[in-house]
Amino acid sequence: MSSLLEMKNISKSFSGNKVLSGVNLLVEEGEVHALLGENGAGKSTLMKILGGIYTKDGGTISIDGEEVQIHSVDDARDKGVSIIHQELMLAEHLTIAENIFMGREIKNKAGIVNLKKQEQIAQGFLDQYEIGLESNLRLDKLTIAKQQMVEIIRAVSFGAKIIVMDEPTSSLSDAEVEILYEMIRVLKKKAVAVIYISHRLNELYDITDRITVLRDGESVGTVVTKETKRQQLISMMVGRDLSSYYTKTDNVVNETVLKVTDLSDGNKVKRVNFDLKKGEILGIAGLVGAGRSETVECLFGLTQKKAGTIEYKGKEVAFKNPREAMAQGFGFVPEDRKQEGLFLQSDVRFNTTINIVERFLKKLLWNRQKENEIVSEKIDDMHIKVTGASQIVSKLSGGNQQKVLIARWLCSTRTVLILDEPTRGVDVKTKAEIYALIDNLAKSGMSIIMVSSELPELINMSDRVMVMCNGYSTGILKRDELSQENIMTLATTEVGA
Amino acid sequence: MEAKKTKENWFASFGRSVLAGLKTNGGIIIGLIIICIILGIMTDSFLTIRNFTNIMRQISINVILACGMTMVIILGGIDLSVGSIIAVSGCLCCGLITNTGVPSYAAIPISILAGTLVGIFNGAVISRTTIPPFIVTLAMMNIGRGFARIYTKATTILVDDELFTFIGSGTVLGGIPIHIVYMVIVIAVSALILNRTKLGRNIYAVGDNKQAAAYSGIHAKKVTMTVFVIMGFFAACAGIISSARTFSGQFNVGEGAEMDAISAVVLGGTSMSGGIGHLSGTIIGCVVIGVLNNGMNILGIDSSWQYVVKGIVVLLAVFIDYFKKIRE
Repeated sequence: MSSLLEMKNISKSFSGNKVLSGVNLLVEEGEVHALLGENGAGKSTLMKILGGIYTKDGGTISIDGEEVQIHSVDDARDKGVSIIHQELMLAEHLTIAENIFMGREIKNKAGIVNLKKQEQIAQGFLDQYEIGLESNLRLDKLTIAKQQMVEIIRAVSFGAKIIVMDEPTSSLSDAEVEILYEMIRVLKKKAVAVIYISHRLNELYDITDRITVLRDGESVGTVVTKETKRQQLISMMVGRDLSSYYTKTDNVVNETVLKVTDLSDGNKVKRVNFDLKKGEILGIAGLVGAGRSETVECLFGLTQKKAGTIEYKGKEVAFKNPREAMAQGFGFVPEDRKQEGLFLQSDVRFNTTINIVERFLKKLLWNRQKENEIVSEKIDDMHIKVTGASQIVSKLSGGNQQKVLIARWLCSTRTVLILDEPTRGVDVKTKAEIYALIDNLAKSGMSIIMVSSELPELINMSDRVMVMCNGYSTGILKRDELSQENIMTLATTEVGA
Repeated sequence: MEAKKTKENWFASFGRSVLAGLKTNGGIIIGLIIICIILGIMTDSFLTIRNFTNIMRQISINVILACGMTMVIILGGIDLSVGSIIAVSGCLCCGLITNTGVPSYAAIPISILAGTLVGIFNGAVISRTTIPPFIVTLAMMNIGRGFARIYTKATTILVDDELFTFIGSGTVLGGIPIHIVYMVIVIAVSALILNRTKLGRNIYAVGDNKQAAAYSGIHAKKVTMTVFVIMGFFAACAGIISSARTFSGQFNVGEGAEMDAISAVVLGGTSMSGGIGHLSGTIIGCVVIGVLNNGMNILGIDSSWQYVVKGIVVLLAVFIDYFKKIRE
């Protein structure tokens, strides 16, 4: 007995880049089947092939046991496949019925649209799925959750047997997610298959029957949701044991590198106290608005300190600008790599060497070889996935962009490296690589200050964590005191003037 | 041993730069060749050595301006005052020599300084305030033009001076016209700045992402100031050369020069949003504009239509670049 949908051995390349290779996906009718994988794993490419937006290079697609060729979105729809995208594709000023019939309006002989008939038929569908809405309601009067349902009904009205939902809960509240789940359960009862794409593992455990994991364009395997533990899913996505996701060794040397006392920048940073040892990774935690980024920016000389002292290697310092901080051995990888870090229109080479240009540009002579050596070394050491040093940085994935930015600061010896949200928007595999890198740097004697909003990251990677609340440092937790509760408690401890 | 290596380096580097320039600008070079072929067919006098040397002379002022403008646009700015700077330095120089009796070897540096002062003003205001370069340089364009008009009392100041004449139309090393020398020097200096100095990299960095440049310790203020001063200096020199050629100072000299300079830069593929661009493209852009001007003159096309044609060519180049980007 064949499955409702059988995608076998699918392969797809874009300009020589193999994006999918031998991918298999089998979905049964009435099943909620999750498609899981990190950014770049190939999920959206696979679905675009199913939905007729791309054509596959190799492999077969069969629906209901019959092999099909899908060359266009119309083909896909005729075969019963509908994709519900993250951004809803509905016309807000039209009614539910008009939206459902958009593109195939019911017209009378004179060519005029028969609104009443459309509303009648639409209502039939709405009632069938127990939606409880009137089909003549304008879409902009509905919540996003309800609009999403209309989009699903539209798919159903086309006779969809397979509905692909791409991150359907990204703009829904918890209550609305429940409503979506209800709708999915009704679809199941009507033998419609749902392919569910989401990063939120909790949801997968709530509503899905089976999960197929993709990694780097290949299928890793299909598991039954109920029988699979979270760690197993993550290790399938990442390709290695969860235990090596974080790399943390003890490298702290009892030598104080930095001592900050009562620091204030006259604005968001009100009174901050902490010290940093050689080889230590000091995490900085706090809620949004606590003043963490502002603290490290003040340290780096981007803003001026108005009060307090900063003692660096035993001497008092007050950097007037980043250039002075850099000269003293500080490095800074900012929070928003696109807005604050990278030169998106330039290539990897430019972005990597911008801080150490004088090493190969001397007296109007350009030592290209030396520059290329520096860049290749970084690309190799940090496993940065690029087509070459001349690739424009805007074309890289988030994880590789972050690596380039970090590489920039590692071109010269740093004593203190400040990282602000170092793994934001980075895929799981690259995150692990960055953690290993940070640990290695600490091992070599570098001191690291890591501002982060991700508690597991802070807890696993920090030797100590300084917590801030509304511009004040509220406490420093030692490694054996690190826990979500302790951090959150200090993050919400109000300090008086 | 060291000196020989350096000489070989320069030659090899120059060859490499030319090849690189050909690669990045392949499209517009093909366009240029097509235009030349068409013009060659339409008229006998186009494809002659004499005509090509004419074109070289005609574009020399624009090349000087466009090299500076390339730096300004890569920085993310724009300078509309260059035409007026030409008038300021040119008219001042003529007036000093003829009316005030200042010897030319003194009048020339003074006038160049005066023109550069406009650049210094532009740089100071643009680097320290958030007033858009467009506005600041537009204002100076008017002020400069006004000054030139007042100073010359709206009449032409004629100059009869040996040094001045040499600067305008002399030859060096037995036959090389001096305007070729100017172009070579300006192109070389600009290329060196953009490609082989820290300042050059900083210009690209600030033009691409001012914030990120700050995080890397780059002083956006200093870089901005420097670029506009260089532009002012180049324009001031162009003003002396321009007046020297016509042996006179006229207040309307250089009118519209900023447009040709900007067009050349845009044709050459440099983006108006900053952070990206090549000097090689600008040079080819200058040649294209020069060829078009020259060809249309030979064909006797009405000068009004010449404006239209030039505008269309720039638009075409921008569209082609746009579609190339879309395809990526």
